[in-house]
Amino acid sequence: MQDATPAADSHGSLSDAPLRVVSARVGLVQRLKNLWSRRDLLANLITSDIRIQYKGSVLGIVWSMLSPAFTLGIYFLVFSIFLKNGIPNFVIYLFSGLVVWNLFFNGVISATSVIVDRAGLVKKVSFPREILPLSNVGSAVVYFLIQLVVLLLFLAALGHAPDWSFLAVLPVSFLALYFFTAAIGVVMSSLTVYLRDLKHLTAVGLQLWFYLTPVVYSYTNSLADSLHHHGLTAVYFSNPITLIVMTFQRTFYASTTVLSTVTHQPLHVLPSWSLVTYLTANAECLGAAVLLFLGALSLFGRLEGNFESEL
Amino acid sequence: MTTVINVRNVNKTFKIHHERNQSLKERILHPRSGRVEIFQALKDISFTVNAGETVGILGHNGSGKSTLLKTICGVLQPTSGEIELRGNLAALLELGAGFQAELSGRDNIYLYGTMLGFSKKRIDQIFDEVVAFSEIEHFIDTQVKFYSSGMYVRLAFAVAVNVNPDILVVDEVLAVGDERFQAKCIDRIRRFQEEGRAILLVTHSADQVRALCDRAVVLDGGTMIANGPVAESLSVFRDAMMQDTIAHQSSTDSSDVSIDSVTSPTGSFDVHSGSSMRFDVQLTSATAYSGYAVLEVFSRSGVLISRSDRMGAPVSLRPGPNTVSVELPNLPLLDGVFDVNFGITDERGANVKAWSEKVASLQVTYGGREGGLVELGAVIRQG
Repeated sequence: MQDATPAADSHGSLSDAPLRVVSARVGLVQRLKNLWSRRDLLANLITSDIRIQYKGSVLGIVWSMLSPAFTLGIYFLVFSIFLKNGIPNFVIYLFSGLVVWNLFFNGVISATSVIVDRAGLVKKVSFPREILPLSNVGSAVVYFLIQLVVLLLFLAALGHAPDWSFLAVLPVSFLALYFFTAAIGVVMSSLTVYLRDLKHLTAVGLQLWFYLTPVVYSYTNSLADSLHHHGLTAVYFSNPITLIVMTFQRTFYASTTVLSTVTHQPLHVLPSWSLVTYLTANAECLGAAVLLFLGALSLFGRLEGNFESEL
Repeated sequence: MTTVINVRNVNKTFKIHHERNQSLKERILHPRSGRVEIFQALKDISFTVNAGETVGILGHNGSGKSTLLKTICGVLQPTSGEIELRGNLAALLELGAGFQAELSGRDNIYLYGTMLGFSKKRIDQIFDEVVAFSEIEHFIDTQVKFYSSGMYVRLAFAVAVNVNPDILVVDEVLAVGDERFQAKCIDRIRRFQEEGRAILLVTHSADQVRALCDRAVVLDGGTMIANGPVAESLSVFRDAMMQDTIAHQSSTDSSDVSIDSVTSPTGSFDVHSGSSMRFDVQLTSATAYSGYAVLEVFSRSGVLISRSDRMGAPVSLRPGPNTVSVELPNLPLLDGVFDVNFGITDERGANVKAWSEKVASLQVTYGGREGGLVELGAVIRQG
């Protein structure tokens, strides 16, 4: 694919212009350089994606807050009221986990079909193709930030203080989440070109993934013991979203042990790990996510050569 | 001279799936089913384009010209070989391919511009020019889904030419838009040429190549069969087209006609404006053949001055040598050199049977005071 250069704004001397090579393979370093040089396009795709999403709807961008709010309300109704899980302030616990999950879910689900959906563009205009799934993840990040602001306002309204010391972990955790989502998004977008079923499989897979992540339940309270008994703790934690969700819950929900609203017994909602434990775990997770992202880009590079004939 | 495009030994093969199995079920059940044929779309293509040159790429459908263009633009990767590009390239493979119907013209200028590889800053600078060129000032904040197809195309072309790329790649897009806008586009392309930018133009139209290009590359079945001056390449192109036509003709019509030479009874093609000119065309036909003779006269700048009535001159060729004489009475041409093309078409006037470019060059001298290409002899009176 083409090695793009930043747009030269002057046409002083053409002979000094850098040489670009279109060849069968583009190295990983070159791919990253190309991506960086086309950041204006990425920004433009993200804004247009968001504009199109809510174009023509009366409430517009408000929907990016309303629909997660409805989901939140439904989960609260089911798990706190119907199933009586006994976790006090369960809305806050839910909300802090859902913002994380929503970023991952929105990013992956929209990226999966983006190359196929925009075949017309991919076949006719040259640009680093991985920008398409990355722009989907980018819009998911924008919605994430909006929801995060709503979460903070919500906390302020309820007078619930987050654990301020954990704020230092959040950027690391967020970056891990971003790179992991981007990695999955990039891989899925390219595989779907060859295997269209993946679009549907991803939707089902993500549903299962959601319940494997402690968003609507507490890992410590409901799963920790039995997982440990079967030696499956490591398997459970191989899901990076779990750690990230728990970090957000630990930061915003703040308490690890609370009194159950149902039995009035102590309830271990979150593990009592130290700040350092969270920080190292998240840093490791970030490292793995970055490696995964680089792997995803090179896999994408191998697959994109035949996009034109498969689309 | 700076080389801006250097195509080196580019090959491109496609796998053609005769039975597409893209669903998981089919892939699992029949992992090896589906005949796969390898199709070589480009075979070892090498050529260069220098800054300031306009190169036409000619070829009939399926000759690989679009594949070549897509490879140069980076939409496709070559299977082997490589292409070196110097400077910014803006490609118009399909006008408006990067547009989002739901967004306004304004948003789309930014989106398309950045897609072509230009920075937001650069688009800010040229935004007004783009809008003025596209002539859609009033609708710039309207969603492009409400645009007419002409407006759509104008906007896309305006973005691509106004970002001032070093290399402009145009794929048969000049065929769209009304005549006035087409003239505007061609005018813009000429300005590009004056500014020393390189242009790669893909077209079916020999006229357009003559009018715009310095050089032409001809592709046939994925192979480059010509790369040289426009007139030479065009004759190779016509020959290839003809062979293709003959190959597609039914077996009953396999006769062969060739144009051998053109002679003037006076021995020269110098002629005075207003006098008559006669020349004879020697043809050889393998069998008896009935068709029509067609004559074209071009100016040296590539403007088609006249094409004779396609079905106005029936000829019945005998097997063996034949002579067809052409007379141009009261030649209305002014000073200059004019090239003559001559050909024979079939009995429906549709398929070219034999064609020869530049069979003669008329040297016209003119003693009058009119300017331009032809003498109209306009009578202007005060009324």
